[in-house]
Amino acid sequence: MDLDFTPAELAFRDEVRAFFAKTVPAEWLTRVRAGLRLEPAELIAYQKALAAKGWGAPTWPVEYGGPGWTPAQNYIFESESARAGAPIQFHQGLELIGPIIFTYGSQELKDRYLPGIINADDWWCQGYSEPGAGSDLASLRTTAVRDGDHYVLNGQKMWTSYAQVASHMFVLARTSQEPKRQQGISLMLVDMKTPGIAIRKIETMDEKYTTNEVFLDDVRVPAGNLVGAEGKGWEYGKVLLDRERMVCSATAIHLPQVLDGVRDAARARKVGGMPLIETPAFAAQLAQLEIEAMALETMVLRLLADLASGADSGPRGSMVKLRWSDLYQRATALWMDALGPEAAHFRALDGEGPADMPYGMQGALYSRVTSIYGGSSEIQHNIIARRALGL
Amino acid sequence: MNFEYSDEQRMLADSANRLGADLWPSSDRLKLLEHFDTLTAHTSAQMAELGWLMLPIAEEDGGLGGSAVDVMAIMEGIGRHLIPTSYVANAVLVPALVSGDPAAADLLGAIGEGSAKAAAGLLEPDGGFDLGWVECAAAGSSGGNGTDWTLTGEKLHVEDGADADWFVVTARTDAGISLFLVRADAPGLAVSRFRAIDQHRHARLKLDGVTAVLMGEAGAALPTVELAVDKAICAHLAEAVGSMEAAHAATLEYLRTRKQFGVAIGSFQSLQHRAVDMAIALEEARSMAYRATLSLGLPAVERRRVVSAAKARVGQCGLYVGRQAVQLHGGVGFSDELIISHHLKRQMMLDCAYGSAEHHVAGFVALQGVAGA
Repeated sequence: MDLDFTPAELAFRDEVRAFFAKTVPAEWLTRVRAGLRLEPAELIAYQKALAAKGWGAPTWPVEYGGPGWTPAQNYIFESESARAGAPIQFHQGLELIGPIIFTYGSQELKDRYLPGIINADDWWCQGYSEPGAGSDLASLRTTAVRDGDHYVLNGQKMWTSYAQVASHMFVLARTSQEPKRQQGISLMLVDMKTPGIAIRKIETMDEKYTTNEVFLDDVRVPAGNLVGAEGKGWEYGKVLLDRERMVCSATAIHLPQVLDGVRDAARARKVGGMPLIETPAFAAQLAQLEIEAMALETMVLRLLADLASGADSGPRGSMVKLRWSDLYQRATALWMDALGPEAAHFRALDGEGPADMPYGMQGALYSRVTSIYGGSSEIQHNIIARRALGL
Repeated sequence: MNFEYSDEQRMLADSANRLGADLWPSSDRLKLLEHFDTLTAHTSAQMAELGWLMLPIAEEDGGLGGSAVDVMAIMEGIGRHLIPTSYVANAVLVPALVSGDPAAADLLGAIGEGSAKAAAGLLEPDGGFDLGWVECAAAGSSGGNGTDWTLTGEKLHVEDGADADWFVVTARTDAGISLFLVRADAPGLAVSRFRAIDQHRHARLKLDGVTAVLMGEAGAALPTVELAVDKAICAHLAEAVGSMEAAHAATLEYLRTRKQFGVAIGSFQSLQHRAVDMAIALEEARSMAYRATLSLGLPAVERRRVVSAAKARVGQCGLYVGRQAVQLHGGVGFSDELIISHHLKRQMMLDCAYGSAEHHVAGFVALQGVAGA
């Protein structure tokens, strides 16, 4: 048992560190620390810089354009990225649909779509949730009816993040009515320029434009854009369960960035003439979060070590997601505490607002959705209870 | 980076689990406690036979020079079966305090073969858990073999010290904080003994001109004390993890088998979610126990920061698991007959030993500044 990196891993760390030092501009820092996504144009530029270095898809197999890294290298890459103030790569193409395409898609789909994901030529959004299908996704009602060499899609998707900028959407739709609701669902790849797609913005509490409703009205999708077999779409999500350990881990490794933001906010403000960060009550709260973040980081290290040795890491991916969202929420709440009265200065109407506004506040608001999306905390509890505890 | 036990460590873990299952079966807990003295003596003898008492003692001190991970492998089993042993104070803490001093050779030999026990008095009234708060005074006078020392003062709490034959204590000389070896039967030493709620037996010392032998260099003891205590803490972390695991497993079993309203209570979602939160707390605690144990070789400030973080978090997680295990068992969880309440009591005392979570969060803050983090 040891926590050491090999000389080769240390050399890799230096290489990664040097790359990030010249790739990450300072103007990203506050938003990244608040856990907010950068603007699409910035994320595309970042992804292109990674792709040019051959690091566009850190977790993908070599044959599909990945670098073939070990879990330890993935950890080093993400922790150096976090250290340098880099954002998390946009995941919907890289982690949500890419792996399904390279696992279940036809050669044609692989050739057509995988390079566009790595090079950020395409932007993918996820058409899964519906007004009546949230945590209970299997109750989705969007239909895809075969008509010659096309499928015709009708229905409504909900919470489709970045549909407004996406070039493509991966959609779950019902191709047949089966007794078991998980059957008869198919996965297809849709060009967002196809006629019949309408997008309506959903206003969210963080006052940031992220997500949408998407209306599908006789949208004709070439039959070749069906991924895998008709009616088997539900099963393809399983490949993501394995991979989500990596996604959750990457997200969790970036948590110290948020704590850096809190620390800076508390350093910049005084209470009774004393820097807030030196007051025992605040220092203890921050330390508590740092200690829990250290525990989370160690959970991630254990999970990655399991991945490296091919061991089953059980429910630790779900555990990491639960712990991360909780800590992110508490950290941004503490950030608000650090702002004191200035927490009320969200938008300057004249002159300038506090240096970390509006991002600190948007982070605190945005953090609330992280225990809802991607399987709510309650669903994660159900998953762990069933799969790991046998209850 | 690797979190697996070696084959030897797996054998140690297996043997600890066997010893615990044989000597301290949880279903007979109360009956076993009626024969506490006999049974703990037997347990110590078995530990000596298995080489465990010699394991943490450094090779240059005549021991086996086992690693902190070796100790962890044993401690998980001790925690799982709630063996009320003074192993950590006696075989981990004291040998680390006196390592390298030729005058400690007899003591370490006796600890290793199980013929004597030792414990450490490091805390004083008004000092809380602060290892650097030392008012006990050491007076030196020239004697035949250098300086003769006598100690006067008080040691508030000696972890697992009720049955010790020797005490290692901190005291202040002109040079500063120093370590001394004192015989339990030395004239001028008054030992008050206590039983804790988890059956561990502790002591409080009053020293009035007690003859003592200096261990190591006068005035230079604090770094040694801090490192030794960090090693003891790591052993306790592993014990806490073993106990949490056992309490969680017993709780899951209860949720699956206990029926109310005509169904297994484990079918209720609120109880399922609680069991999941316990599992997460266990996973966090295990991760932190590993992290701290593998960090014992780091430079002092970084090591203490990680150990304090782990001590705080494992304490919080252990109490959570212990309390929820009682809660989910309902009325029988409150009974003394079932092992569950004993796990909670041990978790309470493990959190207390060598500094509560609150103490170590404060310590983490203080070290943060030193580390410039």
